[in-house]
Amino acid sequence: MLRASLRQVSAALKEGRVTPTELCQRCLALIKSTKFLNAYVTVAEETALKQAEESEERYKRGQPLGILDGIPIAVKDNFNTAGIETTCASNMLKGYISPYNATVVQKLLDHGAVLLGKTNLDEFAMGSGSTDGVFGPVRNPWSYSKQYKEKSVPKSHSEEESDWVITGGSSGGSAAAVSSFTCFAALGSDTGGSTRNPAAHCGVVGLKPTYGLISRHGLIPLVNSMDVPGILTRCVDDAAVLLGSLAGHDPKDSTTIQDDFKPFELPNLTDVSKLSIGIPKEYHAPGLSSEILALWSKAADLFKNAGAKVVEVSLPHTRYSIVCYHVLCTAEVASNMARFDGLEYGHRSDMKDSTESMYAATRREGFNDVVRGRILSGNYFLLKQNYEKYFVKAQKVRRLIANDFVKVFRSGVDVLLTPTTLSDAAPYTEFIQEDNRTRSAQDDILTQAANMAGLPAINVPTALSERGLPVGLQFIGRSFQEKQLLTVAKWFEKQVQFPVIELEEVKRHDNGVFQHQKSASFS
Amino acid sequence: AVACNKRGGAVPAGKSGLAPWIPVVGLEIHAQISSNSKLFSGSQVQFAAPPNSLVSFFDASLPGTLPVLNRRCVEAAVMTGLALNCSINKKSLFDRKHYFYADLPAGYQITQQRVPIAVNGSLSYSLCIDNKMSQMVTKTVRIKQIQLEQDSGKSLHDDTRCQTLVDLNRAGVGLMEVVMEPDMCCGEEAAAAVRELQLILQTLGSSQAVMAEGQLRVDANVSVHHPGEPYGVRTEVKNINSIRFLAKAVDYEIQRQIEELENGGTILNETRAFDSKLGCTVPMRDKEGKQDYRFMPEPNLPPLILYDTKSLPANMNHQQVINIDWIQERLPDLPSVKREKLVEQYGILPEHSFTLLNEDGLAEFFESVVKQTQMKPKKVIGWILNDLLSYLKQHSLTVKESPVSSILLADLLNLLEKKEISSTAAKRVLAELWKGEGKTPLEIVKEQKLELLQDQKELEQICQAVIDGQENEVMAIKAGNRKVLNKLIGLVQRKTQGRSNPVLVKQLLEKKLSE
Repeated sequence: MLRASLRQVSAALKEGRVTPTELCQRCLALIKSTKFLNAYVTVAEETALKQAEESEERYKRGQPLGILDGIPIAVKDNFNTAGIETTCASNMLKGYISPYNATVVQKLLDHGAVLLGKTNLDEFAMGSGSTDGVFGPVRNPWSYSKQYKEKSVPKSHSEEESDWVITGGSSGGSAAAVSSFTCFAALGSDTGGSTRNPAAHCGVVGLKPTYGLISRHGLIPLVNSMDVPGILTRCVDDAAVLLGSLAGHDPKDSTTIQDDFKPFELPNLTDVSKLSIGIPKEYHAPGLSSEILALWSKAADLFKNAGAKVVEVSLPHTRYSIVCYHVLCTAEVASNMARFDGLEYGHRSDMKDSTESMYAATRREGFNDVVRGRILSGNYFLLKQNYEKYFVKAQKVRRLIANDFVKVFRSGVDVLLTPTTLSDAAPYTEFIQEDNRTRSAQDDILTQAANMAGLPAINVPTALSERGLPVGLQFIGRSFQEKQLLTVAKWFEKQVQFPVIELEEVKRHDNGVFQHQKSASFS
Repeated sequence: AVACNKRGGAVPAGKSGLAPWIPVVGLEIHAQISSNSKLFSGSQVQFAAPPNSLVSFFDASLPGTLPVLNRRCVEAAVMTGLALNCSINKKSLFDRKHYFYADLPAGYQITQQRVPIAVNGSLSYSLCIDNKMSQMVTKTVRIKQIQLEQDSGKSLHDDTRCQTLVDLNRAGVGLMEVVMEPDMCCGEEAAAAVRELQLILQTLGSSQAVMAEGQLRVDANVSVHHPGEPYGVRTEVKNINSIRFLAKAVDYEIQRQIEELENGGTILNETRAFDSKLGCTVPMRDKEGKQDYRFMPEPNLPPLILYDTKSLPANMNHQQVINIDWIQERLPDLPSVKREKLVEQYGILPEHSFTLLNEDGLAEFFESVVKQTQMKPKKVIGWILNDLLSYLKQHSLTVKESPVSSILLADLLNLLEKKEISSTAAKRVLAELWKGEGKTPLEIVKEQKLELLQDQKELEQICQAVIDGQENEVMAIKAGNRKVLNKLIGLVQRKTQGRSNPVLVKQLLEKKLSE
């Protein structure tokens, strides 16, 4: 049951094969037994059960609010949730309870979804491993899968214990939560790849919609001009369902587009011969593992063999994306973080010598090194003497990067196919050898340009690596052409038949009604 | 005081006797926009509300909140820009200006640093030469730009307890920053320019512009230099909270700089505060050191796009767009136009038109009286300016608070005009009316028996009695000293307790004396 798709579980709820409360309780139990993953920062058991109860009432009256009614979901802990702590995995906001819901959270609740809790992340979403938050690193559920264990050489217990791999990030908690079946869908955020990267490492679908399609109101910003709420689900169809409930103009976010958004169902493509798939050669990046390169070509062949046009394209400015992102990101971070001064909310230092010394101590105690480092560089780039040299130049490069995409799509390409990550997930012990800045620069390299250009992009889990870990590929679509993007992704998802994670904990908890009827997409 | 040459000339040299000094004054004026809600949030705008009672999540900069631009504020800025002959930018941008301060919760102010909403305007203002109302000159100051920006909150320092209390009611209220080029040369000019701007804002309704309530805040940039030399180092004078103090502060600062330079000192590029009690400017301590505001585009607000009738997209929702032409067509008459109309329509003196507009509601009061009376406007203006205005000033009342309405004053003037009472009697009625006891002028006239003597015979007898009793004066008049006649008229007035018509009395006396 816990492994079902949204439509399947919704049907089960409607038919009364399971009640929202039962579903919620099972998820809560699974969260408890997978606590070692550290996917959740806060589990809102009480409110979740209450929401489930309310949902149950609606089902009893025969008036559910839609597909999402009674569906347990999780939300990254950088979205404001009224009455439930919102920490950004930072000392600065530990214990902070927001008085309002982010628009996306409100929309999910309005659709009847049950909010299980808040998921772990890198502090203020700055990172690519979900290892740099104040609540500790998130462990990739695949570390404990039968598939991974089988491939690894038998080791001593202590070695095995240190063998776990990272989830990627910064929305690693959300990816792990969906991947370990503790919720049916989760919200992440995506500024440079923070939804797609952990999705790839955790073997789930991760959608970064077009900038301006989904409201950012209530999302604690990293880079306002690139942040997008991200969607993490089991399958592409589920992502479309969530998108349908989240997208659209929000008067509280002036950067959302005014046009009406019509929710859509994805067709089952049978003919891809009219499709043109672009393979950007620049994504053949240094450090790309041979395994992923092979998988990427195989995927391109898959399209070619099915009759699609597959063309090599060039996005010449993509290689400047990371350095350009570094300037723009840190500048906005420096600005956005200025509000955390300990006066209105959040951590306040005991230092009372002067207002200035209180600010300094508050910020030193409240932020980790990564955040402070970015604030420092950002302020440097914004200095009067540096502004033209760095910020303005980076903005110009950003425009060039975006124009590259425009040109490619204008040439007739429908969707771009690229790898999502350079390799499969690294073991934690290996990952922390490098500093956050180096890792982020490496890990965002394939996902970042889509944020620069504001384009929709999706990670589709594709296969398991030699080590038994998930590997995903990324599709990048035209602005606001989510339907086309997801349709292609869905076709691809069907072809690759990505295996289901085999977790002991899930087996124990999910012996429910669906035991005898395996779902097609997960067989 | 600084001797300011009204024709824009230089101040004579000081004791050193070297080249004269040219003072240069530019102004930065923050006008609080009169709107129901704040610039980027829905919280109410209200003066003197309980502390922190008008604070939205955005105003307190709660994480995740975003700015949403208030249409009314944009319209107010466009109106003001048009009224100040600016070109309105069809596309303007918002920027963040960073600094840490307790009453700036976000750590930055959203302003328009790169491309403001209006640029390149001008403001004409008049001032009188040598304090003579009859000698007015018109001057023009260029307006560099008008930018939209957020107001900050207020910090209250409790020095004894070493605490700072923060009130965020004002945080996020919409401001228009009007930047005036350094085209002025003395305090009086600066004061006159600001007064005219204030009248314009109040006429437009774009700001209430009450300086005492902080709705209009003026910073003055002051420098002095010798003719033919580049501008001197300037100082910025803040904390000026009335127009009178503006003139004082600017003149003080000019004099201070001249004295400093003539004594071999230098002027620092610094911020100074005007101390109204001491009447001088002093360096501001907490503004020391150069700030780098680290400006950055505000990423949460798309460019502000305005349209005119030509560029207006056909199928655009009218609630979503602002049409500059539409606003232009609906601009009210500006003070300068109103003054011209008053002069033209009522034949009053130009300086009187200034006085009429300087008091809120006075022009309307005047026009209302004129409408309701047969008295000529030229005569009405005297009653308005000499009697009404001086009474109000004396009692610190606004026109709206006047105990005598325009109807009552018109009634009174009608009695005078119909020669039912003398002007002396009219003044007495007016004095009675100020008491505000609800009596009509006619009632007062009846009560106090102030009606003019209509009985010609009785008046003739009184005149005769006066002539008979003043032989010396009569002789003098007959000898050609006509001025003495006024004394006789006065005596008749006294005898009739002001109830005689002086014109008639004069005629009667002349007739009798020539007999």
